[in-house]
Amino acid sequence: MTSHFLLMLLFAAFVSVAFATLMRDEPREQLMLGARLFGGFVGAGIALGWLLYPFPI
Amino acid sequence: MRATAADRAQAATNPYLICAASWLVPGAGHLWLGRSQKGLIFLVTLPLMFATGLWLQGRLFPFQPSEPLVALAALADLGIGLPYFIAKAMNLGAGNVVALSYEYGNAFVIVAGLLNMLVVLDAFDIAHGRK
Repeated sequence: MTSHFLLMLLFAAFVSVAFATLMRDEPREQLMLGARLFGGFVGAGIALGWLLYPFPI
Repeated sequence: MRATAADRAQAATNPYLICAASWLVPGAGHLWLGRSQKGLIFLVTLPLMFATGLWLQGRLFPFQPSEPLVALAALADLGIGLPYFIAKAMNLGAGNVVALSYEYGNAFVIVAGLLNMLVVLDAFDIAHGRK
């Protein structure tokens, strides 16, 4: 797999599932927190990507 | 109030034994304590994340005390328990530095181990009746 974006999505999915399961007991609450964490990870990743774009490596 | 199966399991077990089981097989501690939904999710998610990291050509770092960051990465890798030893026995985790997904693979493998350490702490808290 060579897509950075897909790898980021996959990583965010794994971490969101693990954290949501750890932090909430009810399945519905786990689902809600997992979705929020996933959205936050992906949103933050895209925002940081855009912010860092002008800077040379 | 009647004690549930989870409460009875909690009272009858040694928290340190639960931690050892939870480290060796991700989710085993929660399953032991009657938290089967959580246990099954950890049992599937964490080894899958670890295996994905190896598939992405990540590396299982060696214990090198002279290189503190490498030693810390090795400790994090070890956090996943049995899957680490299976991967070692199968000669997986050599790592391919020039692969595009190498750093991603490392992140997956290391974070899977660190998440399992959090799962162990969670199982310890449950066994002590704190959660």
